Amino acid sequence: MSQIPNELKYTESHEWLLLQDDGSVTVGITDTAQQLLGDLVFVELPEVGDVLAAGAECAVVESVKAASDVYCPIAGEISAVNETVADGPEVVNEDPYGEGWLFRLKPADGSDLSKLLDADAYASMAEDSH
Amino acid sequence: MGQHTPLYDWHVAQAARMVPFGGWDMPLHYGSQLDEHHQVRRDAGLFDVSHMTAIDFTGAQAQAFLRHLLANDVARLQPSGKALYSCMLQADGGVIDDLIVYYMHDQWYRMVVNAGTTEKDLAWIEQQAQGFEVTVQPRQELAMLAIQGPQARSKTIPLLAADAQSSIAALKPFQAQAHADWFIGRTGYTGEDGFEVMLPQAQAVGFCDGLLAAGVQPCGLGARDTLRLEAGMNLYGSDMDESTSPLVSGLGWTIAWEPQERHFVGREALQKQRGQLKQRFVGLLLQDKGVLRNHLPLFEADRQIGEITSGGFSPTLKRSIALARIATDADHIQVEVRGKRLNVRIVKPPFVRNGQAKIELD
Repeated sequence: MSQIPNELKYTESHEWLLLQDDGSVTVGITDTAQQLLGDLVFVELPEVGDVLAAGAECAVVESVKAASDVYCPIAGEISAVNETVADGPEVVNEDPYGEGWLFRLKPADGSDLSKLLDADAYASMAEDSH
Repeated sequence: MGQHTPLYDWHVAQAARMVPFGGWDMPLHYGSQLDEHHQVRRDAGLFDVSHMTAIDFTGAQAQAFLRHLLANDVARLQPSGKALYSCMLQADGGVIDDLIVYYMHDQWYRMVVNAGTTEKDLAWIEQQAQGFEVTVQPRQELAMLAIQGPQARSKTIPLLAADAQSSIAALKPFQAQAHADWFIGRTGYTGEDGFEVMLPQAQAVGFCDGLLAAGVQPCGLGARDTLRLEAGMNLYGSDMDESTSPLVSGLGWTIAWEPQERHFVGREALQKQRGQLKQRFVGLLLQDKGVLRNHLPLFEADRQIGEITSGGFSPTLKRSIALARIATDADHIQVEVRGKRLNVRIVKPPFVRNGQAKIELD
């Protein structure tokens, strides 16, 4: 069974988001996504300072099986990237909601977060896609 | 839903992730494809390959027929049990399938063909067999397992019939032996030592339970693919098919040109192609970060000079590798990944054999 923490927001393309105290948003891929992909072997991250529109392709996660795009869930500017996953992509498999985060961004509009899926909505969507 | 091998429930009980493959539901992995890959390189792994088909050829002209049907020459096979890898060709030299054939005696050969091509292969074989005194008998009632890795033989032998153990232990590479209704060959598709075992379906689960208890790791199709890619072994449908000749698929070594008087299907076409080839088949090592994938285009400067036929990540080398078909005159090549050019170096497969890197990493 996949874990879907309650405190996070989700997208239909299997990204998760966590609003930080400083107003920035941490983004990663969900447990369901890492299970579907299998062992990750390569992660390409955006660059700090990139300004991205919602839905823009901003990272790539590659597993032994396939390459998969990661989409920017809401518009904003990249404020940090997780170099740990670039050096050791298996961290995303081991801890997708913790050490395996991908990047942080400063949202262009903080209220965009409310348009995303909550845990229940994502859980029922992820169930359907299996 | 696809067809099920006799081990379907066993795979599910081992928490396999089942996926459709060539009309069958097969295990992709049992948790981690990478772990399974390493287990085979370092210890021993078990693959269910029951989706593949064994075909027996018996009768007075079994040898004559196979010398007509196959590009490699079964007359080379001595002594009993010896195996040979060959392509089965169309008249135009396109590859219908690649296969293993075992010589048991002059009136009995056993062939193993790919799962996804079985129906097509049997139709072609039946058609070609017209006029030959040969009986073609698919053995779908057999389960087929591959136990591969440096410890595969020592972990498997104690589970075999007591009176077969010493002769099975004495098998040389690429040699097989039939024992009652079991058939054990020292062959495989991973670049490691090991066995391929055919056995009655009813005994498959018990045998696999024994292997599991002996510490043999169940492995899925995912690891099977990365292992064979590291071993530089072709995959039918990716690296060659009906539209490609073995001469541009790295399989020239499997064509038995001698004796010249032996006619086999595809010979004339291959003879014409030989000496005027415009493409060659190579191994590639990615110099930059990323992963090479099937069908990615290859360039020399602005000229597209070929494409990757199978690519992926090598867990042993921790680098991305590929097999590719390129223009014979291309030398300094790049791959295009998501609009970006990355550098690749041409290398000679295999990439890995018996747990060791066989290419220079830089």
